[in-house]
Amino acid sequence: MINNSEIFETLNMINSEHLDVRTITMGISLLDCADEDYKKATMKVYDKITKYAENLVKTGCDIEKEFGIPIINKRISVTPISHVAAASGHYVDFAKALDRAADTTGVNFIGGYSALVAKGYTASDRLFVESIPEALAETKKMCSSVNVASTKAGINMDAVRQMGQVIKKAAELDDMACAKLVVFANAVEDNPFMAGAFHGTGEGECVINVGVSGPGVVKCALEKVKGEPFGVVADTIKKTAFKITRMGQMVAVEASKRLGVPFGIVDLSLAPTPAVGDSVAYILEEMGLEQCGTHGTTAALALLNDAVKKGGVMASSYVGGLSGAFIPVSEDAGMIAAAANGCLTLEKLEAMTCVCSVGLDMIAVPGDTSAETISGIIADEAAIGMVNSKTTAVRIIPARGKKVGDMVEFGGLLGQAPIMPLNTKSCADFIARGGRIPAPLQSLKN
Amino acid sequence: MKAIVAVIGQDKKGIIAKVSTLLYEKNVNIIDISQTIMEDMFVMTAMVDTKDCSVEFDQLRHDLTDLGEEIGVQITIQRKNIFESMHRI
Repeated sequence: MINNSEIFETLNMINSEHLDVRTITMGISLLDCADEDYKKATMKVYDKITKYAENLVKTGCDIEKEFGIPIINKRISVTPISHVAAASGHYVDFAKALDRAADTTGVNFIGGYSALVAKGYTASDRLFVESIPEALAETKKMCSSVNVASTKAGINMDAVRQMGQVIKKAAELDDMACAKLVVFANAVEDNPFMAGAFHGTGEGECVINVGVSGPGVVKCALEKVKGEPFGVVADTIKKTAFKITRMGQMVAVEASKRLGVPFGIVDLSLAPTPAVGDSVAYILEEMGLEQCGTHGTTAALALLNDAVKKGGVMASSYVGGLSGAFIPVSEDAGMIAAAANGCLTLEKLEAMTCVCSVGLDMIAVPGDTSAETISGIIADEAAIGMVNSKTTAVRIIPARGKKVGDMVEFGGLLGQAPIMPLNTKSCADFIARGGRIPAPLQSLKN
Repeated sequence: MKAIVAVIGQDKKGIIAKVSTLLYEKNVNIIDISQTIMEDMFVMTAMVDTKDCSVEFDQLRHDLTDLGEEIGVQITIQRKNIFESMHRI
């Protein structure tokens, strides 16, 4: 029999510490939907998604009710549309088909309007990337991502330059568009989290990936070890991550069984929400920082990120996705506060992305930021990812008509963000060069 | 299906009576039950079997929550495998 303290620990995690399953994401391969006739292709895309994911939302809700564990999001990721639509063009029609499929199935986001161009563009890729702003503006639930760099291929600086322009244009067309667009280095094929989820071509026909969360639970666990040395801190995080992940694994296996779809991976990510008590920044502050962003923040985040993985790995049969700690500024109450009063700067965030699971995430910058400056930010992040063999990403929002110090409101889980100042010197000549930054050496590591 | 009913709140007369009556009315069998007072707080946990339960699990949860509000304690019910997966390797 489970003892009372274990029972109340679990109940506390769910009822007052915001433990939840952040997302059940169904990955669906659309490779067999390609057709020279875009009308046929988009119809196949819509039909396949709505057939495969017909019961996804209902199953998620059933599990939620029966197990009493909140499952916040039910989502779909698909094969990068740049592959599926290469034969037919008319990319935006694919975006609309995805959006319609999301509406029909009831999911809150569908990801995979993506292109993988780390080494180079095909003729179709270039046009596809160009279509992203319009595709985002014409849809509500569709997310887009572009992989512009990898450790093996280097950085496609032509794509970096183009993504600066794409982000600018997307921001001009629609205020929410850039919140649904991620630029990656070393993108992973089984990420269940938006906006960067897509179903990689190395994946099977259909798969269930689950993202767990629980920054609040980790923070509460650390409250009990105040002043203890870091060995104790790391151990506490590991144990907590283990418990959180076990629950995610259970939900993943259950969902996979009920849907008759193979279980892919559990993504062990601490994903914050704007709700008070569900913040990664508060965990770092609990370790002894006056505010997130001060000296010591990178070290604290490195410890957290590593301990979450170590604890979670044994709790799940398959771990994947991004796994670690997310630091989306607008989605984290502690980060919002730290960015608003200037304690957390873009430079510090960049340093933090060297040791966290993703990158510069949900960062609002002045609306008059140039495309080249955005490309420069992307290039820096991509370089960090490329050299450190990790995923990095940029999800940056040039907020129309806003200046440094203003706030921009995204609503819901996307939260709100203060406009952060950028370095005002130009990198335009650097970005104008184009070409490819060669892949880094994998030996002589110092 | 086995589930754990947990009750926590200010001690008063009749908590167990009311909870077990509700469970009986819904045809839920109590397999194991323990109760203690920790720092003036009434703490009770029970393992129950809901396989013959006359209502949906979600309804049972609502009924227990409502009863908890009525008598001023917090009552939760969760499937047992949640606790096992979290605390047992």
